[in-house]
Amino acid sequence: MNYNWNWQIFWAPSPDGVGTYMDTLLSGLVWTLATALTAWIMALAIGAIVGTIRTMPNRWAVRLANAYVELFRNIPLLVQMFLWYFVMPELVPASTGAWLKSMPNAPFITAVICLGFFTSSRVAVQVSAGIQALPRGQTLAGTALGLTLPQTYRHVLLPMAFRIVLPPLTSEFLNIIKNSSVALTIGLMELTARARSMSEFSFQVFEAFTAVTIIYIVVNIIVVNLMGLLEKKVAVPGFIVAGSGGH
Amino acid sequence: MKLAKMVLVLIGSGLIASAAQAQETGTLKKIKDSGQITLGVRDSSIPFSYLDDKQSYQGYSIDICMKIVTSIQKELGLTSLNVKLNPVTSATRIPLMANGTVDLECGSTTNNLERQKQVAFAPTTFVTANRLLAKKSAGIKTLADMKGKAIVSTSGTSNLKQFVTLNGEQNLGMNVMTAKDHAEAFLMVETGRAVAFGMDDILLASLAASSKSPADYSITTEALSTEPYGIMLRREDPAFKKSVDTAVTNLFKSGDINRIYAKWFQSPIPPKGINLNIPMSEQLKAVIAKPTDSGDPAAYASVPEAQKVSAKK
Repeated sequence: MNYNWNWQIFWAPSPDGVGTYMDTLLSGLVWTLATALTAWIMALAIGAIVGTIRTMPNRWAVRLANAYVELFRNIPLLVQMFLWYFVMPELVPASTGAWLKSMPNAPFITAVICLGFFTSSRVAVQVSAGIQALPRGQTLAGTALGLTLPQTYRHVLLPMAFRIVLPPLTSEFLNIIKNSSVALTIGLMELTARARSMSEFSFQVFEAFTAVTIIYIVVNIIVVNLMGLLEKKVAVPGFIVAGSGGH
Repeated sequence: MKLAKMVLVLIGSGLIASAAQAQETGTLKKIKDSGQITLGVRDSSIPFSYLDDKQSYQGYSIDICMKIVTSIQKELGLTSLNVKLNPVTSATRIPLMANGTVDLECGSTTNNLERQKQVAFAPTTFVTANRLLAKKSAGIKTLADMKGKAIVSTSGTSNLKQFVTLNGEQNLGMNVMTAKDHAEAFLMVETGRAVAFGMDDILLASLAASSKSPADYSITTEALSTEPYGIMLRREDPAFKKSVDTAVTNLFKSGDINRIYAKWFQSPIPPKGINLNIPMSEQLKAVIAKPTDSGDPAAYASVPEAQKVSAKK
């Protein structure tokens, strides 16, 4: 290995005008977190709705929700990014396309929308799995008590289903943080993109990628712990969830 | 920040200790023992190093590398020398060079002082300048015409760094966008997401020539910087560097370089039979007359005003 290790490189001024190389990486981290968190909120909202629809008695609603899930689940994320950013503006009327292209922060907005839809389909599957994991008697009991179907979902099924799927949702949250790195292909300067540009400028490839590896791991450990706390906080005694010991 | 630095230094010291124990062996010895030399080649750096329609690697840099290989074979007195081509990208060229996978990188890599801390370069074999490519309809003649408009450049290039600096220095108010590679940056201009693409002029010329409608694009005449390209090799291997330098210098002296240049820049090249039609620049003529592996732009020509401004940073 004939490589010139230089761990001081992080405190050398970076040529992109942000400050030192460390500042460059940290500004990338800010974009990564902003993208992942915004897309996560979107994914949870849409995923909860679509996932609920997938368990409804109405057959057409279920088919529609399934079609949505299959559409966003079966196309690689990388391809979806490209479609949103380069293809979509060409399909809409020219004036709308021009407006889309001139949007400030277009890569960020595109990445959030793309990640949000992609992850929402995965969240939807988990939510419906959670609802289906509940005993069928719960729905019947709810309606027998005089609750309407929406009320049964709102007060009985969904609160329990969400507790069941918290662990897989944690994984999905970690995924969205890692998947945000795909946005570098549409020019979003997030953490991985910053690492790549740092290695291009300075040729200190290993240092750059060691640093971002550590940053990603630290961020994800924080997320895992926060989600663990949330699981403990919302645990219902006697109801099987992680953190309550189970049966 | 203090703590982070400590942690990194601790990790680093462990790695440095293991790296220092690695055996130092010259590339020449390696070539002689194995009877094989490995060249790092690029997929799409037209016309320097690229895959043609017959799935073989071709280009100006590869031809020069082959001349170097022949010269080294003679020097080592080998009856046969097996040449292996190993595709590299801008992200993998450094690790693969450092760990000994490739012995020479034959692409379009800019030689600058910062990179010389990590690798060595053969004498400069091409000189290019940072310029702008835009649609003719946009009427872009100089960087000043870009005031308040969207400009794109490729992530991690010295060109991008220059636009960011000039944007601040000259209060241009441009929206500087980044693309992951040259093809994507060109696509941004093609689809109207950006008004201009700033890059090494030779790369711009080949991108425009191989696009759907070459006549739609123009490249500005104003040079913003000087960028010397060189064949890249491992640092701290003086014996090997001397062999490579000798081979390149002989190529210049014998005039063979002119034939190779004309073949790639002034005649039709595969896959489409396009002729880039770029006469040899004054800077390159000067380098051929007096070979240099300097990473300082000042060694090549009068440094453009714009480059002085951005170099101050």
